[in-house]
Amino acid sequence: MEYGFTTAAYVVAAVLFIQSLGGLSGQESAKRAVWYGIVGMALAVAATLVGPGAGNWLISVVMVAAGGAIGWVVAKRVQMTEMPQLVAAMHSLVGLAAVFIGYNTHIELARVAGMDEAARAALHGFAAVVAHKTPVEVSILRVETFLGVFIGAVTFTGSVIAFGKLAGRVDGKAKKLPGGHMLNAGAAVLSLALLLVYLQSGSTLALIVMTLAAFFIGYHLIMGIGGADMPVVVSMLNSYSGWAAAAIGFSLSNDLLIVVGALVGSSGAILSYIMCKAMNRSFVSVILGGFGGTTGPAMEVTGEQIAIDAEGVAAALNDADSVIIIPGYGMAVAQAQQSVSELTRKLRAKGKNVRFAIHPVAGRLPGHMNVLLAEAKVPYDIVLEMDEINEDFPETDVAIVIGSNDIVNPAAQEDPNSPIAGMPVLECWKAKQVFVSKRGQGTGYSGIENPLFYKENTRMFYGDAKKSIDALLPMIE
Amino acid sequence: MKIGAPREIFEGENRVALTPDSAVQLQKLGHVCVLEAGAGAKAGFSDAAYRTAGVEIVTTAAELYAAADVVVKVRGPEPSEVAMLRQGQTLISFFWPAQNPELLEAAKERGATVVAMDMVPRISRAQKMDALSSMANIAGYRAVIEAGNNFGRFFTGQVTAAGKVPPAKVLIVGAGVAGLAAIGTSTSLGAITLAFDVRPEVAEQIESMGAEFVYLDFSEAQTDGAATGGYAAPSSPEFREAQLKKFRELAPDIDIVITTALIPGRPAPKLWTEDMVQMMKPGSVIVDLAAERGGNCDLTVPDEKIVTENGVTIVGYTDFPSRMAAQASTLYANNIRHMMSDLTPKKDGVVDHNMEDDVIRGATVTKDGAITYPPPPPKVQAIAAQKPKEKAKELTPEEKRAQEAAAFRKQTRDQVLMLAIGGGLILLAGLFAPASFMAHFIVFVLSVYVGVQVIWNVSHSLHTPLMAVTNAISSIIILGALMQIGSGNWLVVILAAASVFMAGINIFGGFMVTRRMLAMFQKS
Repeated sequence: MEYGFTTAAYVVAAVLFIQSLGGLSGQESAKRAVWYGIVGMALAVAATLVGPGAGNWLISVVMVAAGGAIGWVVAKRVQMTEMPQLVAAMHSLVGLAAVFIGYNTHIELARVAGMDEAARAALHGFAAVVAHKTPVEVSILRVETFLGVFIGAVTFTGSVIAFGKLAGRVDGKAKKLPGGHMLNAGAAVLSLALLLVYLQSGSTLALIVMTLAAFFIGYHLIMGIGGADMPVVVSMLNSYSGWAAAAIGFSLSNDLLIVVGALVGSSGAILSYIMCKAMNRSFVSVILGGFGGTTGPAMEVTGEQIAIDAEGVAAALNDADSVIIIPGYGMAVAQAQQSVSELTRKLRAKGKNVRFAIHPVAGRLPGHMNVLLAEAKVPYDIVLEMDEINEDFPETDVAIVIGSNDIVNPAAQEDPNSPIAGMPVLECWKAKQVFVSKRGQGTGYSGIENPLFYKENTRMFYGDAKKSIDALLPMIE
Repeated sequence: MKIGAPREIFEGENRVALTPDSAVQLQKLGHVCVLEAGAGAKAGFSDAAYRTAGVEIVTTAAELYAAADVVVKVRGPEPSEVAMLRQGQTLISFFWPAQNPELLEAAKERGATVVAMDMVPRISRAQKMDALSSMANIAGYRAVIEAGNNFGRFFTGQVTAAGKVPPAKVLIVGAGVAGLAAIGTSTSLGAITLAFDVRPEVAEQIESMGAEFVYLDFSEAQTDGAATGGYAAPSSPEFREAQLKKFRELAPDIDIVITTALIPGRPAPKLWTEDMVQMMKPGSVIVDLAAERGGNCDLTVPDEKIVTENGVTIVGYTDFPSRMAAQASTLYANNIRHMMSDLTPKKDGVVDHNMEDDVIRGATVTKDGAITYPPPPPKVQAIAAQKPKEKAKELTPEEKRAQEAAAFRKQTRDQVLMLAIGGGLILLAGLFAPASFMAHFIVFVLSVYVGVQVIWNVSHSLHTPLMAVTNAISSIIILGALMQIGSGNWLVVILAAASVFMAGINIFGGFMVTRRMLAMFQKS
């Protein structure tokens, strides 16, 4: 098939991908947007298969089918609460694929370099493309390949660690090996040095050592980032996988790869930036791991946490006219979204004004809570963002905090020495009454004390979120 | 102490200050109740009902005044009644001390203590004894009913087999307690209700009751209602003109006008002029709740219902609460009862007239042979002064323009700088890199740009689906593997095949998950 057709198909696919991302600006258009993405991907794959450079149809189709089947089944089965892990796991696949493809390029390059003119002319497929490169182009190709492998490797181990943290298999606390950032910096410098070596010699050893260094950077970087920052990390890794794809696109001279890689890379970067802004954190400090150092001792928290039972909460809810529910990661962990939805339905049926306040970084993924509430069929027009609802708390009778902690921490506003000082929070304590559904007296992911729990109008509703809400349901009449 | 309620001698007054229910409550405070025979009859409370509640019945007013330590009444006392008061006796009733200085003087001469229900300060704690509000509430309700009684059509719009009925248009002027009650009644009857008030801060209350606030095209430093204890203050002539102009606009369309505008201590402002009445359709009704103070409408005749030449009915009754005597008595008696419970804090039947108490001090107009009116300003502000809205400093047009220009210049500078640096870097790369690389590089830079532009618009709640989609799309890397899989080297084929496999998982898994997530978003 002609080269022109493939390029044309790529142009259409690129437009479809852009439409797909742009369509996500609204809930309704988003449903259409996914189809744009699917069609674009199908078109791209088909065009590549029939285009120049491809071969070995059989293996390709079999592999796509096998991978597709697994992906389909996993995606079908996964619980909505496990979504963050799944996304992280998938990023690791893209990263590893990028590493493999980079190695392939390297192997081809080495193979072609050893051939004579006649053999080169007889080559077909990707090897032929490589064979026609001038020396300068070969150097550039090496840089591109090297970069692709490096980013892919960081993405791979980083995503694996992120997956482990999100799935609870790796401790969520920020951890660093002795040496901290210096280790990362050392590995990065080593990689840079190896790039120069590789550029000169095309040595396989340099590539392998660099890959190991990059694996280490990915591992250590994400280990050093606390659980509360996971939403940023996941979108950052997403961005990396895009850049890796773009780098591979350069090395393979494939424009569609470049376009889509750049789209994904920039969108991930912007998303991370938006989230960092929402948390009032510097992007750099999140990426480099851990919270910035505090300037003094945290404010003493006085008072005591007063517990309340389900009857008390139910009575307050029955009396309330307006209720705001603030869900957090705890709701996701306890799988309480269905119960919360049922509670909402009951309260709304009684004519009460029930709304949800979603903090930009609630949960472990951007928009995590929206997805869970949507799954439980909570109408999305009563699910509001922090900026939309924060002013309404003083007129609210009851605020229910379900498994969130740092995002409702008044210390962010009151205590300049708090590690989260300046982070915008939901001002739920301004409501007439606050109920906090929480498993125990522990601290949140950032490990800091929450003065909200000690406020006079706060009552602690201890217990598993799902069981607590279920206990409430029969008492709402 | 003995609390006595005489029969109201004012002509047409049907209310009574003591009901069987309130009598029971008063007895719980340790008091004894006494009633002039027949006092509750017009409000629907028989003497027998009072007797059952443990109230002693006496036959004449003189006997009652002699027996009672505390006399509770609705209307202010007539001179003949003041004459019956004695030293040390307490009278609780409406009194209007500002309008009735002679009466006040007379009461002082008798040495009686007078607690004026109309002088209860408007603070939160005193709301339970705010008889003005409870009476105004009734007046507002009754005004709508009275209007409906004189209005020949439905309030609510209907489409029936016999034809279409348009809804009535009701304008309520003055959104105090009476006005708000009228709004509530009118909207619940189904009329289109408009409401106006000189205090812009009540617009929210009006809208909360379901009426539409009539806005004026007029900007003036409005005095905050908090400064006058929540009552309206007189407005400037310019404001009045703007107001009348708006009313003239509305008049031809309005079926029912209910005016409730009163300014404390002044005659009622004239808001509905003769020409407006003439503009109204025949059959329209005006109910003037301010009739007692001269009326808001030019043509109002106090205590009477008149029909103008163009067929507009103007109701000028001044006794709306009395027309609902049973309800009004119940509420008023409760107000009195709450006043008594504040006066007997120990619940031992002994009145402790604590002049330190803001509410009691405010309501007491004579005590121990001295006039204690007007009271000092209460220690507690009636209504918290509204916090001045945090308005950005009003910039003059020049300043604003200068600011905009500066912002624009800064933006331009930033952008030009970024473009220059970016462009310079790209040019630098172009000097060394071959043309084939630059061709791809252009595509790369433009894509980054497009990505940034597109993502800024993605709505917050869709960030997770966005990530799932970008994740799925990032498996475009499969293209690279597909291109390499045809190469001769076995290692390449294996690695490429593994890549295709992994990317395949990602493609299907990513899109599948995204679709699942998006399918869940639904409107209520």
